[in-house]
Amino acid sequence: MNRTYELMFIVRPDMTEEDQDKLISTLESAVTSTGGQVKNVERMGKRRLAYKVRKFHDGVYILLTVEGSGGLIHELERRLRVSEPVIKFLTVRIDEEQKRLNKIKAIRNARRKVSTTVATPEAAGEAPAVTA
Amino acid sequence: MADETRPGSTQGGDTAPGGDRGERRPPRSGPGGPRGEGGPGGRKYFRRKKVCKFCVEKIEAINYKDVRLLAQFVAESGKIVPRRLTGVCTPHQRRLSSAIKQARNIALLPFAGRAS
Repeated sequence: MNRTYELMFIVRPDMTEEDQDKLISTLESAVTSTGGQVKNVERMGKRRLAYKVRKFHDGVYILLTVEGSGGLIHELERRLRVSEPVIKFLTVRIDEEQKRLNKIKAIRNARRKVSTTVATPEAAGEAPAVTA
Repeated sequence: MADETRPGSTQGGDTAPGGDRGERRPPRSGPGGPRGEGGPGGRKYFRRKKVCKFCVEKIEAINYKDVRLLAQFVAESGKIVPRRLTGVCTPHQRRLSSAIKQARNIALLPFAGRAS
């Protein structure tokens, strides 16, 4: 439970705003019915695609940040796959990445605060080779 | 890559492994070292030591969504540029590579050919 996913999908460019809203609200209701939570919906607007997808050269990108279980994503992807206006989708799991980023930020803040005294023991060994 | 061990580089190399180390060419010496040799066109001489852009600017998250950042590491043909040319460090190159592949899948970057 409580895995965070980022679901980005591309919708046909000739789809109206209200149809997009309908699609998004369908997905949102699917999320909440299975006990998940929609964190964020972001419409990235119409963009030119890097290659032709189902004969389209442009598409409307929509980004959905969702929190829930794996089964939820399975269900969402199934819906996206059968829905006709959606031409591509990509799901990325982001909770592990967020954990890593938060850890690094915490280490950085701790290091900044304790700058005069000895550095915290976590800063020494834990940080993966990201910090210079 | 320069980190490969060279078996028995010396002529009468039956000395103990400790002794061998002295004979073997240390990987970091010489003109520019392994980076210089791996450079384009077989340039053997000094190559200014490239630094990893992500390490320097402390960019933590390499997201598949920021196309502009990713496009700097993609060649004209759409191929991912090897790290010996860009100077990116290994963990960042791995993350960059997966981000580029994700971006390709969602049609933000092309698989082949110029980005339109």
